[in-house]
This record gives sequence, structure tokens and C-alpha cells, in this order.
Amino acid sequence: MSANPAVAAAAPVPAAPSSRPRVAVPWARLREAALALAIPAVLAIVWHFLTTGRPYSLIPPPAEVWTALVDLAVGGINDDAFSATLLTHLGASLSRVYGGFALAVLFALPLGLLIGRVPLMRQLLDPTFQILRPVPVTAWLPLAMILFGLGPRSAYFLVFLGAFYPILVNTIFGVRSVEPRLFEAASMLGCRGSAQFARVVLPAALPSIFTGLRLGLGFAWVVIVVGEMTGVQTGLGAIIMEARQLSRTEIVICGMIVIGVAGFLSDRIVMLIGRRLLAWSPSHG
Amino acid sequence: MAEPTLPILEIRDVGKTFAVQGKTVTALKGANLSVKRGEFVCLLGASGCGKSTLLRIAAGFEAPSSGQACMWGKPIAGPDPARGMVFQDYGLFPWLSVRDNIGFGPKSRGRPAAEIRDTVARYIDLVGLGAFADAHPHQLSGGMKQRVAIARVLANEAEVVLMDEPFGALDAMTRERLQDELLDLWGRTGLTVLFVTHAIEEAIFLADRVVVMSPSPGRIDAVHDIALPRRRDVSSPAFNDIRRMLSAQLHSHHGRVAA
Repeated sequence: MSANPAVAAAAPVPAAPSSRPRVAVPWARLREAALALAIPAVLAIVWHFLTTGRPYSLIPPPAEVWTALVDLAVGGINDDAFSATLLTHLGASLSRVYGGFALAVLFALPLGLLIGRVPLMRQLLDPTFQILRPVPVTAWLPLAMILFGLGPRSAYFLVFLGAFYPILVNTIFGVRSVEPRLFEAASMLGCRGSAQFARVVLPAALPSIFTGLRLGLGFAWVVIVVGEMTGVQTGLGAIIMEARQLSRTEIVICGMIVIGVAGFLSDRIVMLIGRRLLAWSPSHG
Repeated sequence: MAEPTLPILEIRDVGKTFAVQGKTVTALKGANLSVKRGEFVCLLGASGCGKSTLLRIAAGFEAPSSGQACMWGKPIAGPDPARGMVFQDYGLFPWLSVRDNIGFGPKSRGRPAAEIRDTVARYIDLVGLGAFADAHPHQLSGGMKQRVAIARVLANEAEVVLMDEPFGALDAMTRERLQDELLDLWGRTGLTVLFVTHAIEEAIFLADRVVVMSPSPGRIDAVHDIALPRRRDVSSPAFNDIRRMLSAQLHSHHGRVAA
């Protein structure tokens, strides 16, 4: 987490707080980017020297993967079944990741609020979820295909399952760890009973809920390959499985890279939204 | 308004016991106290003397185990905006700006937006936080947070302000400044203040009456009127006489506990 300069300034000699965090100076940003790219660059170089010029290498060299990636994106090089299909697959995976994630939010958020707030609900539901939680998404695959059939419905279900628990657990935690003092403060100011839910519990739990959403979306990307083992024709997971059967390892690696980059970008977007919503929180702002 | 002879707060033979790990602990026993409107009363004592418990009963956060706490003659049944509490750890809502923290009470009571805006502006000015109206609590110093906490209670039209060691976490300079500011506010608004502290000097500097409390079991020992003219000089002989007397009284309990 980056330190908020406004906090540091306000501590010893209170100065008027700046409404927005100061923008980092350009060279500091450059340095940050250089440091972040250093390890991937080293890995690419090692990869290159270990694989280039070895005709029987099972792992294709980076240059070949790059060519495959360009062909996958725009076509015109190999002109095979994979050419120029990247957008279709990416679109299919995006819709499953966000669709499954949205479903998870829809169920996990209200359930988490309920379990966190109502003791009866906690006693009723919590043990069941605690037992189901350690079951890996992969283990659900056969059952999902029986329950939801071959195809996208099983994929949505598996992604939903991956995103569900982080959101549920963090929402419950957020709701349960609201400082008791804040309830006292609210009630002596005239905000009592159920009114406290919207004005105290929800905002106080928001940082935790947000952490859950971020983790949940991350898991949605993690399980997308498993989710697309359910016999769907499109999707990044689907091409990885298909390329594997055809021994097209360069396409497998392309799929991995695209999932990594897409997951990273979607996490960045969520973080930016979070920074705006949670500017008040010292650990998020 | 009620008849002037009726005390704004009355504590009648109030006791409080807690169950701690199966054992019953008496936090407060047989406390009697009557506070008139506009009075500044300090509850003074070492930790464990029940001063905070008494304050929390007055606030309505705790119900007495025996006896009764009343405001304007009516039993206190729970927290109420008429009795605002200022906590040592501030209890501000971290997600709300200074402005919205102060407006929280009026908003909870369904006041119209325009009125809330005016009220908030008036109390932000009163505590001198105009430049920080849009800041969030984590951007404020301890003294500023406590000013917000006080303004929040005043903006909610509290008649009684209950303060639980409000300046205990502040540095000495800030504490003195806030004591002055509090007395100034009290003088201008006609508030009733019930103020818990363990600092003898603070109690004498602020209070019309000092209630001396002692531990095990927590109880009220004595009530002293402080007749010194305001603003009080903490280094004057008269001030020191009272300090010595209260100090002796407080320390005599240690002897009794040890004996």
C-alpha cells in the first residue's frame, strides 16, 4: 500500500488536507514500471536461451509464442483453426468470469450480511458453508456437469463457486468486526435499531467487503480454465484444452498469457474503483 | 421546559454488578447524585471506581442493576440524543467527512437538508474546523477529532454532554487548549456537562462540583463545590489548597484498600 501524503502531513502539524492524493513524479513511476518488468524480462531471456535452436524442445521459444499470439489475435500467419479467434475466446471467458462473479456477488453479499448480523442465520448456515468451503472447484466438475449439463451453464456455476467463498467470508468478517463504539455513537445520536444497518454496518464493513470482491474476482479468473473444461467450444480455457490435445504448446502458453494479463487488468480496475470509494480508509485510500 | 427546581439528571441509589467469568463484580454501589441544569460536574477517581460505569448509565448504554437514573424526572431507558456522549477514543465514523460526522445526528432525526447544512456550518465554525470540513477522521489530529466529537453532540441539540475522559489521549498542550475551549462553549451555551476524569487538576479547573469516587466497590465518597472564580489559575494558593485536599482524599482510599 502506498502511504497517503496527506496523512503524513496532517500528523505532526495539521495542515489543510489535500482532497486528492498527490500524483507521483514521472521518474518514480518509471522506476516502478522498470522494477515490475525486471523479473518477467529475466524469465523471458532465460526461456529464450533454454529453448531457441533446439528442434526437439517440448517448450516452444518465446519468439514462436509471440508469432502464435499475433496470429491468434489478428490471423494472417498460420491460417489454421486458431487464427484470429482471440477476441471470440476472450469475450466468452470475460462473460463467464464476470457473469459467474456477478452471480457470486448476488448470493454471497446478502448471505454474508445475514450471517454476520443475525445469530440464528449464523448458527443455521455457517457450519454448512464451512464444510463445503474446502472442497476444490475441480472436485465439483463432474457433479456440475451432471447437474448443469455440458456447456456454459456448468462453466458459470464453477466460476460462481470460485468467487463465492472469498466474498462470503470477507463480508461476514466485515460485518462482525464493526467497532462496538460506533453502534454506541450512532445510538446516542438518534440512529437506532435497523437504521444502523445502512448507516453504520454497511459502510463500516465496506473495506472488508471490497477485499472479498477483489479476491472473488481473482478466483473467478483462476478457475476459468476448469470452468471451461465442461465442454464449451469457446473461451480461453477451452482453447488451452484444445491446443493441449493437438500438442500446440505455443497456443497453450498464449492462453496462459492472455488470462494473466486480463486478470491483472480487471484487478487494476477494481482497485481503482476501490480507491475512489474507500478514500476515507487509511489502508485503502 | 420542566420546572426549574427539578434536576436535569438524577442518580438515585444506583448500583451496577457485572458477571465476569461466573463471578459477580460490583462496579458501582449506592450512588446518589443530582445535577442541575447548566452545571459542570466532574466525576473524579482512580480506575475501577465506577465513574465510567456511572456515566454510561446516565447515557443509557447500561441499565442500573439497582436504583434508578432519571432525566427531568423520567427514568432513562436507553441512549437518547438529549444526552450526547463524547468518548475518549472519539467514536467518529471514519467513512464520513467532518461535515457529515457533525450532520449525522440531525440526519438521523430526519431534519431537512437545508437545516442540517446550516446547523453543521454553525458548529464547524464554533469548534474552528472550517478548513477541515471535507477531511476524513484519519486525516485529523487527536485534538481535532475531539472537537468534531463535541460539535457532533452539540449539533444534535444535546442538553447534557457526557464526557468520558475526553482529553485523556491528548498531549498536555492540546488538552489545556481544549479545556479552555470547552469552558468557553459551556459558558456560551448553558450546557450541562458531566465529565469523567482521573486528573485532579483537570477536575478543579473545569468543575462547579467535583464528585470524588473510590474503588472496590465503586462508590461516591464526597461531593465538593469548587467556588473559585473563573478562569481559574492552576498555580494560585487557593487552587493548590483544593488540589491537596482532593489528593489526600483520593490517596486515603489506597491506604484503606491495602489495610
